[in-house]
Amino acid sequence: MIKNMPIAAVIGLFFTALYFLMAIFAPLIAPYGMAEVVGGVWEPPSPEHLIGTDNIGRDLLTRMIYGGRTTIFIATAATILSFTTGSVLGFLAAVVGGWVDQAMSRFVDLLMSIPSLIFALVVLSVTPVTIPVLIVVMGLLDSTRVYRLARAVAVDINVMDYVEAAKLRGEGRAWIIFREILPNALSPLVAEMGLRFIFMVLFVSTLSFLGLGVQPPAADWGGIVKENKDGIVYGIGAALWPAVAIATLAISVNLVADWVLNRTTSLKGGRG
Amino acid sequence: MSEPRDILLKVRDLKIGATVYPPGERPHDIEIVHGVSFDLEPGRVLGLIGESGAGKSTIGLASMAYGRGGVRITGGEVWVNGRDILKTSLSDLRSLRGGEVTYVSQSAAASFNPAKPIMEQVTEAAVRHGKFTRKQAEERAIALFGKLGLPNPETIGRRYPHQVSGGQLQRCMTALALCPEPDLVVFDEPTTALDVTTQIDVLKAIKEAIRDTGVAAIYITHDLAVVAQVSDDIMVLKLGDMVEYGTTDQIINNPQEDYTKALVSVRSIRHEEKKPTDDPLLTVEGVTARYKGTKFDVLKDVNVELHPGQTLAVVGESGSGKSTLARAITGLLPPSAGQITFDGHVLTPNLATRPREDLRELQMIYQMADVAMNPRQTVGTIIGRPLEFYFGLKGAEKRRRVQELLDEIEMGDGFIDRYPAELSGGQKQRVCIARALAAKPKLIICDEVTSALDPLVADGILKLLLQLQKIENVAYLFITHDLATVRAIADSIAVMYQGQVVRYGPKSQVLSPPFDDYTDLLLSSVPEMRLGWLEDVIANRKMESAGN
Repeated sequence: MIKNMPIAAVIGLFFTALYFLMAIFAPLIAPYGMAEVVGGVWEPPSPEHLIGTDNIGRDLLTRMIYGGRTTIFIATAATILSFTTGSVLGFLAAVVGGWVDQAMSRFVDLLMSIPSLIFALVVLSVTPVTIPVLIVVMGLLDSTRVYRLARAVAVDINVMDYVEAAKLRGEGRAWIIFREILPNALSPLVAEMGLRFIFMVLFVSTLSFLGLGVQPPAADWGGIVKENKDGIVYGIGAALWPAVAIATLAISVNLVADWVLNRTTSLKGGRG
Repeated sequence: MSEPRDILLKVRDLKIGATVYPPGERPHDIEIVHGVSFDLEPGRVLGLIGESGAGKSTIGLASMAYGRGGVRITGGEVWVNGRDILKTSLSDLRSLRGGEVTYVSQSAAASFNPAKPIMEQVTEAAVRHGKFTRKQAEERAIALFGKLGLPNPETIGRRYPHQVSGGQLQRCMTALALCPEPDLVVFDEPTTALDVTTQIDVLKAIKEAIRDTGVAAIYITHDLAVVAQVSDDIMVLKLGDMVEYGTTDQIINNPQEDYTKALVSVRSIRHEEKKPTDDPLLTVEGVTARYKGTKFDVLKDVNVELHPGQTLAVVGESGSGKSTLARAITGLLPPSAGQITFDGHVLTPNLATRPREDLRELQMIYQMADVAMNPRQTVGTIIGRPLEFYFGLKGAEKRRRVQELLDEIEMGDGFIDRYPAELSGGQKQRVCIARALAAKPKLIICDEVTSALDPLVADGILKLLLQLQKIENVAYLFITHDLATVRAIADSIAVMYQGQVVRYGPKSQVLSPPFDDYTDLLLSSVPEMRLGWLEDVIANRKMESAGN
């Protein structure tokens, strides 16, 4: 299968896999403990600390690996949450139609009219900031975008004769949504999923940077930028490592999403 | 090297290739036209005829040195007015296309720019190519509008494309093609998308315009009866090869090849009318229906009956309400008045409240088989689902029954695990028939099931339907605009016009005189496979078609 893959997809898949494996096996890979102070402040790279130490003398590579674990876990969980809620509700709105559709769509419009960062900040400032709360807030806020896409795609599919045939057969809504509509709506949703995952990474990083995301001493990429940003003034690049990590992850996930999209559309029986 | 001027278009050994993307395989190149040659003299009309995939449109476009999306001209020569246009420069091609050679497409609605008035678009090519000034071009366009029989030729050009009917727009497009005084016009199925009664007017307009302007034309269609009315010569194509080439008279009256003979004798199925039984299976009484949010009844007081194991054909043009009648019977559009009795009991108006038995006994087959099947399900799943849903069949038993049904629709082994994209048009429609049969219905509603198919394939489907009716004793409500189909399979006929049934009864009675004006119009509009038919019809008509 690797032979038939375009080179961009191979690179994307390689880096995505690398990041995810690092996240999963963080405790095995990391050279030191997550919050362990092991050296001086902002030490330069050395054989003991491959990319130096951070603002209070913790090993930066260790922080990056654990930070990746937190960031990727939160982003993945929030993406899954936003996709399940968003697409199921979107499909439901399209299939049921009428006032149910109207009520749900206008409610989503209402949520979308508030900038999601501000909305998240307000919610998180009045609730205890724990990882489950973060995931729920991010996932639900983002599900509005997925809802819109899913509904638009499903409205198109819902008028197809094969859906009408299923309705005439007497099929229930569950069959129509999951067996008739979902398989045909998958390609645009998968493409969107890559993009939304990256937005989630950026979102959680932004929240942590602003102090309302992952709380210290737990590491995450946004938090590492925050902790080390003062070093930039002194020419210390510690804050750039998480930035590079976020950028490479974003690019590689999108390369993979592109490839998946191409593959699913050219599948047997694929549309276009 | 220059050619004698008396040959306008000379095509030699034309080969055209394309890249195909078969599902599950690597893309590869194939040849779709294998070395076709012909000549066209000025003022003559050549008909290109064949089924889909025969390469007729591709050859037509090649006479403008154009290949549509992914299609390439890979070999041969195309000479227009003494030069090989496959070797000429791009700027020369630009003056050729839309100047010397113009094109009329199947769907005028999709070809006109909806944001600009018709006149601007009709005169554009002529003005751009510097053939006429804007004023001259407009005068010429108005003359052409008149010649093509459009109402108010002086002012129709000020309208936008959506403000004229489909048949009128198709004639505007003919005016567009004739406006720059071309030497050759390529007509690509110009009447296929139109209603039969409108088709006649457009056909007549095109024929007269060709005769009056003395332009040469290539007329592409899949309907031999249509092409016989307009062309001097006919070339029969099949899968990119020339099958037969001769004068229209010879092709129609004395075809040599088997394939041509089959095309000429298409629509020759005959079916003996059955006498109505005592208990009708379906009774539609006083049904009136309108779509939500409109104030217009699409169905007005419709009364029809259908007997077990028989066929009721519902005929009419688009917009006559025939598909709406199907929606009212299936419960997709609950009628606002009247009632529908099925198998001895009254059907609830709304689909959602019908018992499963009613749903099972009333199945439907659609016009577009492509979109009537979920592209992500295999044939086995598509046919198997009703078996599972209504009869609870599972696993090997279900698979066995699916195979039985596939045998019944004459498809046999090797199809059960295929996806719809891997089937041909006729096979897709057969699978849809099998899906309907799987439910063991008493009534199948067939909504234009053969309209999207090539004539020979459509014939096969009709034969299959008739044969299945004998075996399963199923009744058909057959919705169609094609009277030839009706003649072939109906027991009784309901003619619909603007939401009303204007004529109803057994086939023999409906199809014999005296006719009402609308039925007469409809009957006379069905193209017949003989020369001079068009002139006879136009001379004898009682009623103007809806397109005017």
